[in-house]
Amino acid sequence: MEYTVPEHEYLRPHKKFPSVWCAGCGIGTVLGAIIRAVRSLNLSKDKIAMISGIGCTGRMPVYVDFNTMHTTHGRALAFATGLKLARPDMEVIVVMGDGDALAIGGNHFIHAARRNIELTAIVVNNRIYGMTGGQLSPTTPVGDRATTAPYGQIEQAFDIAKIAEASGAAFVARSTTYHAIELDRLIARGIQKKGFSVIEVLTQCPVGYGQLNQTGDAVEMLKWFRDNTTAARGKVPSGKIVRGVLVDCDIPGYVESYQKLMKTSKKRT
Amino acid sequence: MSNSTTTARRRGKARLMQGNLAIAEGAIAGGLGFFASYPITPANEIATFLSRALPKRGGVFIQMEDEIASLSAVIGASIGGLKAATATSGPGFSLMQESIGYAAAVEIPCVIIDVQRAGPSTGMPGGPAQGDVMQSRWGTHGDHPIIVLCPSSVREAYELTIHAFNLSEQYRTPVILLTDEVLARMSETVEMPLPQVKVIGRLHPEVPPEWYFPYDNAEGDVPPLVSFGHGYRYHITGLFHDKSGFPTSRPDEIDAWQERLFLKIDGNVEQIARIEEEEMEDAEMVIVAYGSTARSARHAMRQARKANKRVGLVRLVTIWPFHDAAIERVARSAKRIVVPEMNRGQILREVERASRGKTDVVGVNRADGEMVTPAQIMAALEV
Repeated sequence: MEYTVPEHEYLRPHKKFPSVWCAGCGIGTVLGAIIRAVRSLNLSKDKIAMISGIGCTGRMPVYVDFNTMHTTHGRALAFATGLKLARPDMEVIVVMGDGDALAIGGNHFIHAARRNIELTAIVVNNRIYGMTGGQLSPTTPVGDRATTAPYGQIEQAFDIAKIAEASGAAFVARSTTYHAIELDRLIARGIQKKGFSVIEVLTQCPVGYGQLNQTGDAVEMLKWFRDNTTAARGKVPSGKIVRGVLVDCDIPGYVESYQKLMKTSKKRT
Repeated sequence: MSNSTTTARRRGKARLMQGNLAIAEGAIAGGLGFFASYPITPANEIATFLSRALPKRGGVFIQMEDEIASLSAVIGASIGGLKAATATSGPGFSLMQESIGYAAAVEIPCVIIDVQRAGPSTGMPGGPAQGDVMQSRWGTHGDHPIIVLCPSSVREAYELTIHAFNLSEQYRTPVILLTDEVLARMSETVEMPLPQVKVIGRLHPEVPPEWYFPYDNAEGDVPPLVSFGHGYRYHITGLFHDKSGFPTSRPDEIDAWQERLFLKIDGNVEQIARIEEEEMEDAEMVIVAYGSTARSARHAMRQARKANKRVGLVRLVTIWPFHDAAIERVARSAKRIVVPEMNRGQILREVERASRGKTDVVGVNRADGEMVTPAQIMAALEV
């Protein structure tokens, strides 16, 4: 049986543990998957930048021994766009929560996808605002509770993968914190992809989301991911959330196109 | 235009330049490597010029989805090692405020060009104003230091743009170049050659990565900044941080950092704040002006001198940090200080504060999208 292994080499050696995350939180699992993906690709720590916005997921970069930047709420992709254009040789990984990426940062998300800029965007989707106390997010399902939806959410939820696809991302994948090995591989493919890649990770928030919606503890929430998702091969049983690679197409990335433009511009007066 | 300037232009000793284009050319001369912006009147010519000029020089131009994204990308490019800038006007400048605070807190150099137009709100996109003076100082939340420069001629706009990049790198701070619609869109004859300004780069650390602390107070007012990807892996956060860049809530660490953050600007006011004085030797009445309003002020001063009135001009080239000592000196000898501005009195209050009640301070204000005229200023000079 395959199992995941912690990789201490990529963690910052001192000061920053224990983490800020609650017991049972799934963000650490996503962090572990990112580290294992980086390790599997044998990437130099010096050539990796991890950029985040605000929220529980925004705290992720502090723990890893890369070039790390915790920016403002919703704008991580815009900061990353500038960095990638200045340093095309670096792998820029952007980690965001669902509110960060799709509410306050929704505009930057669709435009980063439209540009197809060579960034890897990992969206930790726990369907709630964790750090601020369980408010509704743009991915909270209709009928679910949040501290600002005490009578149930009445707004439709965003489908992150569909938005990414419709906006032009070259690579879109989805997995969950239950499927940790699959997640490692999907993130590795996302990093390797030339173009904008989005990996949505359904993640348990037992404290913010779980308690309000009687989902049970973290283990129960992980079991729910196991029982309610299906691999993206063949016929999809109704009511199941599809996992795996959802989009993988070859369209020129922004940096690649800009480098061509630089060459052409020099020939013109 | 006089015959002599026309002749100078014909001989190639002068050029007719537009203010916005002087800024764009100044940015390139200052080492600009990355420019991101969003279309807005009256700043557009800067982006139009740079979208053509930058790729040829190996630089990056990108039109972002809004002004928030523009300044965010600029900060990202700056930590990637490029000198980076954006240009905007009132509404866009309002959107940039959060990122200005971020750049100030994490001490990443960047240049923000704000071509002021009449406001608030959409206001008058084609009308000049100086209504963003206080926003440029305090627009973002929380206490922070800032440097703001105000050119009043096209030639000076070119020079100050280079200077803005230099100050930004030298002090690890966002620098705002505050111009206005009049200066941005007028064309005037600029003597050639253009001013030569020494270009200052980033101070790199001399220590190996394991000894490097990006916010180390022991390194002086401005610790060296190393860009990403050079083997110095460290953390940047808008949270209060310790010397290594990690979040902290310890008051002793926060106090020491804040103290240095302010000291690096406020402790260097004499070096940073440029003031120009004209006809001040015997001046009894003094006009304190900045930006394109200083042009009307100079005209008014000359008219007054012709009428044998002892009028002088103090022009604020740097408005923030505010040069309190220079204004207090003026206040000690002047019978009256007149402060013309295209707003309802923003620098006026600073002049009143710095004067410490030693003289009469009178404002000449309008915020209707028109320039303050020399006649208005002369009227305020009448005793």
